[in-house]
Amino acid sequence: MLVTIRDVEYVAKLARLEFTEEQKQRFTEDLNGILNYVEMLNEVDTENVEISIGAYRVENALREDVVKDSFNRDSLLKNAPDSQDGFVKVPKVIE
Amino acid sequence: MHTKTLHEIRELINKGEVSCVELTKNTLDRISSVDDKIGAYLQIDEEGALNKAREVDEKIRRGEEVSFLAGIPMAIKDNICVEGLKTTCASKMLQNFVSPYDAHVTKLLKQNDAVILGKLNMDEFAMGSSSENSAFKKVRNPYDLERVPGGSSGGSAAAVAAGEAYYTLGSDTGGSIRQPASLCGVVGLKPTYGRISRYGLVAFASSLDQIGPFTKDVEDCAHVLKAIAGYDEMDSTSAKREVEDYTKYLNQDIKGLRIGIPKECFAEGLNEDVRREIENAIEVLRRLGAEIKEISLPMSKYALAVYYILASSEASSNLARFDGIRYGYRAKDFEDVVDLYVKSRSQGFGDEVKRRIMLGTYALSAGYYDAYYKKALKVRTLIINEYKRAFEDVDVILTPTSPTVAFKIGEKSNNPLEMYLSDIYTVPINIAGVPAISIPAGFVGGLPVGMQLVGNYFDEGTLIKVGHAFERETEFSKVRPSI
Repeated sequence: MLVTIRDVEYVAKLARLEFTEEQKQRFTEDLNGILNYVEMLNEVDTENVEISIGAYRVENALREDVVKDSFNRDSLLKNAPDSQDGFVKVPKVIE
Repeated sequence: MHTKTLHEIRELINKGEVSCVELTKNTLDRISSVDDKIGAYLQIDEEGALNKAREVDEKIRRGEEVSFLAGIPMAIKDNICVEGLKTTCASKMLQNFVSPYDAHVTKLLKQNDAVILGKLNMDEFAMGSSSENSAFKKVRNPYDLERVPGGSSGGSAAAVAAGEAYYTLGSDTGGSIRQPASLCGVVGLKPTYGRISRYGLVAFASSLDQIGPFTKDVEDCAHVLKAIAGYDEMDSTSAKREVEDYTKYLNQDIKGLRIGIPKECFAEGLNEDVRREIENAIEVLRRLGAEIKEISLPMSKYALAVYYILASSEASSNLARFDGIRYGYRAKDFEDVVDLYVKSRSQGFGDEVKRRIMLGTYALSAGYYDAYYKKALKVRTLIINEYKRAFEDVDVILTPTSPTVAFKIGEKSNNPLEMYLSDIYTVPINIAGVPAISIPAGFVGGLPVGMQLVGNYFDEGTLIKVGHAFERETEFSKVRPSI
């Protein structure tokens, strides 16, 4: 067993997810199944191998810093679950 | 009408035998009569489609020259933005999200006067291989309604197969275009990473995602690819490379072309009937003068493991944005802001999405980062190098697209790992970033079998060339389901 229920609880907290006891049990089994499969990567000698963060070309994509129109505020706020006076409304964060 | 290809329809329009409005109405009728059974569409924009069709008819009446795609009905996977239409990703999380802008591919389609019929069903957030993970409804395979269409772009594949659109767009992170194309008997292309802009595609795993077309045949594929490829300043990973006229690769000879057959893709795990069909396809290409060479890609057996670490890690980061604050689902009852995040995400995401977020978060967490994520990035380098080396000796690599034909709905939904194995031949391609196409190449028990052709970086042209040569020699792309 690579992953215990306690690990699942910890990772769920990091990922901002919550589960029932039954779900935790199932996710523990699923994650162990997948991670056991992934263990095969340990067979591969990667000493002195560089990492690849992209598929093919990774290069800087620079452009001139030009002022352009951005999205219209109202059109974006239409998708907000709650808004007021042109702002997204959220629960109180600071006491 | 609905059984015709895009290029056949273009000809009918050009000859004045059908108007774009008639064609659009006809396709909308087709959708009304079969989509209750198929479940390909999540949203239909009848008014927008008919308006566009009228506009193109008017242009033609005025004698204006129109694009190859002009006035022909098509549809788009529901993770690609079309301004004013919903983009739900088949998730409760985005059930009410209306896109405030067009994806780059949408912009290009609109410039080509495409008639956009609506948005297509999929696995939630493009995570899955069967389209059973849609939060709204399942997609069914037009060849057998008890079977899956594949996934995650199941709606895009099924819509083309069932004649509910003349072509569609999907996205492919580990096989999500090619595997459903294979299972539904249509052509699906995943271009080279960077060939098509990802701007406006809801991100799953940014270093692997690519948009691509579904069509009835390879000839249609060349036309659609030409229209949607190209550099876009809004996607810093899109390639500053000229777009070729892919139609120039149609009707070409493949004599002397070197095709590599990786022996690892014909080993354990491949269904025997599928193997036989693919071997027959290889013989067709040999007869056409291609030089068939056995090759070895020993690293490919690690690709699926690399994929599930990298794709899940990238997904856990990309999907962090869905927090119930600026857009998307917000839970009704919560105690404080953290509780709002937790409840909105837990109620808004389905199980497979949560499973991948959990796996990715685990792989990126302190203490495991080196063992999983960094290790996977290193093995990715070895896989990339292996493909680069292979393309020094061959022009194209040929494999089955999927180890089996379409499986039964529910057959693999309780075993994530078994489901993941249906992407075993497609996943290495995304890891390497090379282009690949799935082409109808046979039938087993009345169900389609797809052959995958893999090309070198930015060599989509050779895939079109070989695919079209095969298509001219065989009848598989002409078969339509009886629905």
